[in-house]
Amino acid sequence: MTTTQLAGLLPELEVIRADFPILGRTVAGGLPLVYLDSANTSQKPQVVIDTMVDHLERHNANVARAMHTLGAESTEAFEGARDKVATFLNAPSRDEVVFTKNATEALNLLARTIDLGPGDNVVITEMEHHSNIVSWQLACERSGAELRWFGLTDDGQLDLSNADALIDEHTKVVAFTWVSNMLGTINPVTDLVARAKAFGAYSVIDASQAAPQLPVDVAATGCDFLVFTGHKVVGPTGIGVLWGREELLNALPPFHGGGEMIETVTMARSTYAKAPHRFEAGTPPIVEAVGLGAAVEYLSHVGMDAIHRHEQTITAYALEGLATVPGLTVLGPLDAASRGGAISFELDGVHPHDVAQVLDSRGIAVRAGHHCAKPAHARFGVQSSTRMSSYLYTTPAEIDALVEGLEYTRSYFKLG
Amino acid sequence: MSTELDSLYQDIILDHAKRRLNAGLREPFEAEVHHVNPTCGDEVTLRLHLEGDVVRDISYDNQGCSISSASASVMSDLLIGKTVAETEPIHAAFLEMMRGKGQVEPDEDVLEDAIAFAGAAKLTARIKCALLSWMAFQDALVRAQEDSDV
Repeated sequence: MTTTQLAGLLPELEVIRADFPILGRTVAGGLPLVYLDSANTSQKPQVVIDTMVDHLERHNANVARAMHTLGAESTEAFEGARDKVATFLNAPSRDEVVFTKNATEALNLLARTIDLGPGDNVVITEMEHHSNIVSWQLACERSGAELRWFGLTDDGQLDLSNADALIDEHTKVVAFTWVSNMLGTINPVTDLVARAKAFGAYSVIDASQAAPQLPVDVAATGCDFLVFTGHKVVGPTGIGVLWGREELLNALPPFHGGGEMIETVTMARSTYAKAPHRFEAGTPPIVEAVGLGAAVEYLSHVGMDAIHRHEQTITAYALEGLATVPGLTVLGPLDAASRGGAISFELDGVHPHDVAQVLDSRGIAVRAGHHCAKPAHARFGVQSSTRMSSYLYTTPAEIDALVEGLEYTRSYFKLG
Repeated sequence: MSTELDSLYQDIILDHAKRRLNAGLREPFEAEVHHVNPTCGDEVTLRLHLEGDVVRDISYDNQGCSISSASASVMSDLLIGKTVAETEPIHAAFLEMMRGKGQVEPDEDVLEDAIAFAGAAKLTARIKCALLSWMAFQDALVRAQEDSDV
């Protein structure tokens, strides 16, 4: 495969690709795998796999309670991962990093513990992933608070024209995605945080799609809470992160009750540990956290600025290529500089399921469906879409394969 | 590569997906149901009209891939005009084929055009597409019969 040279690609792309063993396998009867589903889950570099295997083979023990060598090693590895995540996020304190199961659990933690009542309101957006919609719907149903949302403009941006009416003195929470998983839109994070702050509302950023591809600096955003998931940042599944300002985390009531989250327990009542342990009841996903630590260290080593540049370069190349396919419409912004690496599109006359099926027969993995963003699809009058999503290991040749695959899909379904 | 695709997208399926026999919602009907495939968002609204013991009409409006559209077309074509008792073994045979992981040899005498979905049965991700309208029919039948019992 000859690799098209584009300015902005990671300089040692072939070396990066060699770090990901799965990219070497073949599918569909011997074809090279073209993995364009990284917004769904990213592939894992050897160093993450090896770190997790090494932990299980040599250091496995429970954390924070086992009084022996392995217990100390395991605790050190687990807490070391917390340090690595804190560095990755530029968090002022390591105690602000709470390990959760995934971003969904982190959002539910907030929606469960932030005090809401009748007369309060929560503001979200129409481009959220279901996890940042349903968790707040449940919180509002429980508490009697009102749910409000920003709509979208025709070009896939947040419609901020009624922002002053949406966010008011009764707003308790403004929760929004940094980068849309469906439209690719990058939202004006600091502006939204400032609007929340002006009314004393908590700002919650869903960075699930941002953390893989942009430098995330929680201090620079000025936000109160930020969540992301491990498996999209080349880490394992089963581990996510809630970052929150220390004083805010410690003011929230506990989420789950159990071991590790307490100071002391009597039969009548208990007192609770401070963050992060306050929110980490029970034995945590230890090896997953250790794997996540290795993952964010790997990304930082490659450099988040360089990864972002690579993503933008590939995205621009993909938008160019997709524009040549007759009957193809991209949903969301068309300017690569202002969007993330997930590109959803419609192919006139072929249902997304059928597109994905034909592409799969050529070794190309994309996602078809509503991408857990049904309201955003409904906004654009579509029921589902096909989505390609690139990452630091994606090559221009893979984008060429996608475009050829889409041409083939059209001819397979006899669209000329 | 394309032989595998061709076993999924047989001409019968592509043809039914295009023609969508019996599509459109019609009156009269005794039961109307709405079924959704939560993983992909495919939807079907299906109406059933029984006349005594006979399935007089199955009408539907669907949004979905070629497999789910073709399945609704084949199913309605196959079951309209049959007695409820006659639909049961056909329904059961279709379910058995779709849940058989491609190991069940379908009986063409019972399933007719529906045997074309044997290819979809081998693909876990597409089984629900093929079953959507069949499950909707079953649901509508139960409801129509409940109502007539009252």
